[in-house]
Amino acid sequence: MSINKNQKFLLTGNEASAEAAIQAGCRFYYGYPITPQNEIMTHMALRMPEVGGTFIQVESELAAIYMVYGSAAAGGRTMTSSSSPGISLKQEGISYLAGSELPCVIINMQRGGPGLGDISPAQSDYFQAVKGGGHGDYHTIVLAPSSVQEAADLVFDAFDLADCYRNPVMILGDAQLGQMMEPVVFCKKQKTDLSAKTWALTGARGRKRNIIKSFYPVKGELEVFNIKLQKKYHEIEAEEVRYEEIDTRNADIVIVAYGTSARICREVLKDAKKQSLKIGMIRPITLWPFPSHCIARVAERVQSILTVEMSAGQMVEDVRLAVNGKCPVHFYGRTGGGIPSPKEILHKINELIQVKEKVTCVTS
Amino acid sequence: MTEKVILAGLGGQGMMLLGRLIAQAVMLEGKNVTFFPSYGTEVRGGTAYYHLIVSQEEIFSPVIEEADTLIMMNLPSYLKFKGFLKPNSSLFLNSSMIDKIDAPENIDIFRIPATEIANDLGNVVASNMVMLGAYNAVKKLISIPTFLSCLQKVLQGKKAPFFKVNKLAVERGIDFINLSKG
Repeated sequence: MSINKNQKFLLTGNEASAEAAIQAGCRFYYGYPITPQNEIMTHMALRMPEVGGTFIQVESELAAIYMVYGSAAAGGRTMTSSSSPGISLKQEGISYLAGSELPCVIINMQRGGPGLGDISPAQSDYFQAVKGGGHGDYHTIVLAPSSVQEAADLVFDAFDLADCYRNPVMILGDAQLGQMMEPVVFCKKQKTDLSAKTWALTGARGRKRNIIKSFYPVKGELEVFNIKLQKKYHEIEAEEVRYEEIDTRNADIVIVAYGTSARICREVLKDAKKQSLKIGMIRPITLWPFPSHCIARVAERVQSILTVEMSAGQMVEDVRLAVNGKCPVHFYGRTGGGIPSPKEILHKINELIQVKEKVTCVTS
Repeated sequence: MTEKVILAGLGGQGMMLLGRLIAQAVMLEGKNVTFFPSYGTEVRGGTAYYHLIVSQEEIFSPVIEEADTLIMMNLPSYLKFKGFLKPNSSLFLNSSMIDKIDAPENIDIFRIPATEIANDLGNVVASNMVMLGAYNAVKKLISIPTFLSCLQKVLQGKKAPFFKVNKLAVERGIDFINLSKG
């Protein structure tokens, strides 16, 4: 596959993510198959030999994440991908990667859970992605694309963010984004102003040896390390929050949704306009760091906020923390592979408006 | 202009390829497009279905709730998707495999014996291309030369000899509609 800049390709979200990784300089990919993200592996198997990279279909998810650890420690741009149950298996390794401050990219094309669940789209791994998943006080940067183009663009950013902060970055997509085909252009480039990986294990001839570890057995050392980690996380929270804000200025109700849900809610915004309803939307692009400030600011002036997710209600907890009681926060969600339809969401909005009118009638 | 099409048929009847080729052709013509295939447990002999949305505007939800067009290759597909029809939708049926249906009112129905036509051309697998020709003769969604160039790119190497029969099948589909009009 030869890539010309500005050439349009019709690709699935999976293929676009994989190709973007190659374009962003990823040369090490380790994976274990699972639907609905197998096209990432297939594309990597095809492309890695072409660019002189390494593709290994490993024996288990644990092997995949620890091979990522190895290649990342040696300074390579490294990626793995899976879907929900497979990502659960990788959690120990992700904690080790965060604890060793190793940059890498992990893609989770979420499917229905819990357990083996099904292969339908879902957003029920939000807690796992943004609240840790593995053990210890750590964060992964979490990016949530909502189109095939954005899936490609965010992979470029993910590798740059990972290298910049020496931290694992997770891309949180879902089965629908992975399987859907859309036109995509690979126009981004790898950042060139990143500092050299002087910490990497490249052989210590002529220099002091580097040590990559997450083990601090001497009393006190681990706390010092954790304080350093937290300082880094605060810096990421200050610098890297990303979101899209649509029609919030005069909105009565603002929807908060990410990824596939956000896309469906854009349809709702269009339909609501036809009914002369004033509905806006905030779409978090980074789920960690979370756009709390933006949500807090909007909460000051709207009647209520509606969070829409393909889960039983996970991100809504972060929305409530951000809103901090300034306005009511409602929730609409579908679980177990159910995808909310624009009609259902609009119905929920109309319910909220009617309840508000009833309350107004009683009080007046 | 927005066109929402559901394509469905037996696994192996070529709906995946047809949908992808239409999507590729409209993309090359500068329109927005989403193509959402069914995936996972669909196998040869099962029902495989695809949601295709084409628009000049930005497309938000790639999942179709009400279709402008259904292209249905066999009866189980039609039974599965008839609920997606709305007033004035177009329904393209492969009449070789769907004979009698309780047709809803206010629907434009086109019955194309696609399997028979393709069989007469000597390649039953080209029934999807017959349906494309018929669909496009009515809806004028894509330019046929662009579509054929996309098809030619797919049919390379060992598959190259099949281009001719597929092209012929597209033309027969177009003719079928034009002749039935006249």
